Amino acid sequence: MFGIKADWSLEVFERYFTLDDYGSGTEARWCSGCGDFAILNTVHRVLRDAQVPPEKSVAVSGIGCSSRMPHYMGTYGLHGLHGRALPLANGIKSRRPDLDVWVATGDGDCFSIGAGPWLHSLHLNMDMVILVFDNGIYGLTKKQTSPTTQQGTKTNTHPYGAILPPLNPLTITLGITNISFVAQVVDWNPPLLYETIKAAHQHRGTSFIRVLQRCPVFSEEFTKPLQENPDKFTLLEHEDGITIDDNVKRLFHNVVEHDPSDWLGAMKYAKDEENVPLGLLFKDPDAVVYEDHSSQGLGMTNEEKAAGLKAAFDKFSI
Amino acid sequence: MNDQVTNPQQKPQQLEEHIVEIVSDSGEGAQKCGQTFGAIGGKMGNGIWTVEIIPAEIQPPARTPAGGSGIRIRAGSKIMTNMGDEADLVVGFNEQVLYGRIANGAYKEGTVVLLENKWATDPQEKIREEYASAVKEFRENGLIVHELAIEEACLKIVKNARKGKNMFVLGMLCRIYNRDIELGLTEIYNTFKYKGDKVIKPNQELFNSGYQFAKDNLDYFYNIPPYEGAEDDLKHIVVTNGNTALGLGVMAAGMEMLSMYPITPATSASHYVAEVFGDVGGFVHQAEDEIAAIGFAIGSSYAGKTACTITSGPGMALKTELIGLAVMGEIPLVIVDVQRGGPSTGLPTKVEQSDLLASLYGEPGDAPKIVIAAATIPECFEFTIMARKLAEQFRTPVTMLTDANLATGVQPWLRPEIKEEWFSDPIDQSPWDKNIPPYDWDEQTGLSPRPIPGQPDGMYVLTGLSHTERSKVSYNSEMNQITSQHRSRKIAALQNTLKPPVIHGVDSQEEEGDLLIVSWGSTIGAVEEAIDVLREQGNKIAGVHLRFLSPLEPGLKEIFSRYKKVMTIEINYSDEPDAPMITSENRRYAQLANVLRAQFVVDVDCWSVVYGHPLQPGMIIAELSKRLDAMKA
Repeated sequence: MFGIKADWSLEVFERYFTLDDYGSGTEARWCSGCGDFAILNTVHRVLRDAQVPPEKSVAVSGIGCSSRMPHYMGTYGLHGLHGRALPLANGIKSRRPDLDVWVATGDGDCFSIGAGPWLHSLHLNMDMVILVFDNGIYGLTKKQTSPTTQQGTKTNTHPYGAILPPLNPLTITLGITNISFVAQVVDWNPPLLYETIKAAHQHRGTSFIRVLQRCPVFSEEFTKPLQENPDKFTLLEHEDGITIDDNVKRLFHNVVEHDPSDWLGAMKYAKDEENVPLGLLFKDPDAVVYEDHSSQGLGMTNEEKAAGLKAAFDKFSI
Repeated sequence: MNDQVTNPQQKPQQLEEHIVEIVSDSGEGAQKCGQTFGAIGGKMGNGIWTVEIIPAEIQPPARTPAGGSGIRIRAGSKIMTNMGDEADLVVGFNEQVLYGRIANGAYKEGTVVLLENKWATDPQEKIREEYASAVKEFRENGLIVHELAIEEACLKIVKNARKGKNMFVLGMLCRIYNRDIELGLTEIYNTFKYKGDKVIKPNQELFNSGYQFAKDNLDYFYNIPPYEGAEDDLKHIVVTNGNTALGLGVMAAGMEMLSMYPITPATSASHYVAEVFGDVGGFVHQAEDEIAAIGFAIGSSYAGKTACTITSGPGMALKTELIGLAVMGEIPLVIVDVQRGGPSTGLPTKVEQSDLLASLYGEPGDAPKIVIAAATIPECFEFTIMARKLAEQFRTPVTMLTDANLATGVQPWLRPEIKEEWFSDPIDQSPWDKNIPPYDWDEQTGLSPRPIPGQPDGMYVLTGLSHTERSKVSYNSEMNQITSQHRSRKIAALQNTLKPPVIHGVDSQEEEGDLLIVSWGSTIGAVEEAIDVLREQGNKIAGVHLRFLSPLEPGLKEIFSRYKKVMTIEINYSDEPDAPMITSENRRYAQLANVLRAQFVVDVDCWSVVYGHPLQPGMIIAELSKRLDAMKA
């Protein structure tokens, strides 16, 4: 007999969110060929697949091309100040652990002017995803040297070539006590980008993702050699790491087993300047999550507060 | 001099008020001794004002004039509002630290100095000589010095007199001022209760022994009766410093996030809140720097309840850019600036009122916001509650100014009755009306309701960029003009709700007079005391003390017009009009004078100094008498 089995039917969501719910309805104003589009679209997909109510999600940013991202989200957003995205994001999370927080920042915004917050926010390990759109250049202000600009690259501030070897954001990040999730990915491989951001989103704690991002206008040389030669990458794989599908593995031939709980191993891959690591370098699900403390007393009634305040006054009474 | 005057049967001499100082090297506990002495006086119905004498270093070199650490207590049979003039009685743990106080004009002819005498027999000849010459010099200058073997007496009870001498001195003072012994012992118990009997007992023994020592060795025996009505007040009184009052205010305001970075003299407020915030449903976040501290507070405010950040001048400088963001994005926020001496690192532990202009105009770009200044310790409490309400109602940061004088001054004040309405409402998470934009500016007032993350259909992106009412980045040339106008209009809207200030000293608020003093902040007690004295001498002088600086309280222009001369008294720098190089074209005025001159086009004069200590009535009277005499001539 033909018939419909009850458990075949889809569960009907009260509200089902589509990709449109996560977009702002405005077309993103990035240059054509910019890697930021891929990151934005992936975030929309991850949110859609997780069915996070748009009103419960907040996209926070600093200043720079990357930091326009909140304007292209249908969620709440806080487009802050240069280098200050992370303290703002931490503040949001501090008394609202129920909110889903995303941070969009760049190599200048995070590694240069925001270097202090970079270190200390990762130390706090509040539950959020940090996406560093790293294109190795200042884009919005038009081609100045950033901390990750390759040595010798000619920029407007170093017309004869950047003087210093670039800062290594991965080894620095891995060196911060209480970090809990460090990954690196490229914007031009959608499946890997998706799986990495999804894993970051599911992780409880600060997920730091450095996205090597194309800027065809100002820093093509930053990503082009990598795009053209996937063998420059080492793809990190592990059952506790990011799901990597076979198509991805077909592109990146150097696949290695790396247990993300192995910090020393992570440091070794991070430090390797010849073979750029891709995937999850480090993960510690047991790190201290700051909002578990900063949210103390949340939801206390006014009556309870009044009692607490009265007790506080009593100590100064006669 | 004979120190052995004993008359155990004597009756205490009645006093209206006395100023006592205890000065020691850092770490000898003079402040604890003085705070406790002040608290005991407060509990016996005296009006009390205490001011800490704090060296800038944690452990400055011992026995140096600049290293003196201590406290002044002014106790009297009336409510005390300021530190007063010269001290009447001083306890010195060594003679060198007193030099620092003498240089500050803290003592007068006839001030009694109770001085530790162990330095007279110090093994080092240099110290013996310094001591002998100081005692001689003090006496030559009219101080009445009693050399007392305090350390020797303490060593009978404890091995290390450095730890404990303060409680011995407390006992001495309690005898001299006829304080209740039981109250003293209870205070000591409360101070050390967590440390157990091992610590409580010897300290109580030191106290008793100090009491007996003063009785046996000194014939100073005073009684300062309670002020009128003290008995009633005592049932409702709390004794705190301004920073503790501020901390209580943060909690009473229903704020749940205090985000800070350590800075003197603001930090002790956060210390206090951190201790008890868990019981009132909040959290103190110590950020990595001043910028992150305000960023964290802004994030917290944006996503829910209004948050607070507490800092001092250098921190205000660092927070500037984010204050601009809070103004631009219209985020409610309470910023407290406990002012210290500046510029730069300046005088970290000393009082100044030099952050007024920076608070009003510090941000590049036009960034109107509400600026208020607490004048008293209870106002440190009350204004914090008001600040939170204003921030939310006007959707703007509110800067509240206090200063080092209020921060560390201890005073009894009436305990308020806790009202649940002080606390903030729960965060609104109901659906937002899609048709209402996130900045639905009222044409007239500039006010608009604020969507909070979590509210369905309220989604918007707050940005520091010029934006439309939908919070979309605006490239429209009209928009910046319009939104600037809305933000500015809110300040005017607030002014429309304020009452004109009450004029101090006058028989009728409509009175006309010769000289009007305009002041703000912690100087209120000294200024008003000076005005009262000058009026008693027949001068037509009055005062207006401002609490609102942005907007200014209404009606000032009319009030100014009724006085022949208007001047401010402030603790910030201004050029003296007759100083070298200074002309009417280049004279720099005190900060409030600057604001008033610009706003009202009235020739507001000023007198201001930056000695790093609170203004005293005597110095104000001296200065104003000169001005009043000049006016008469």
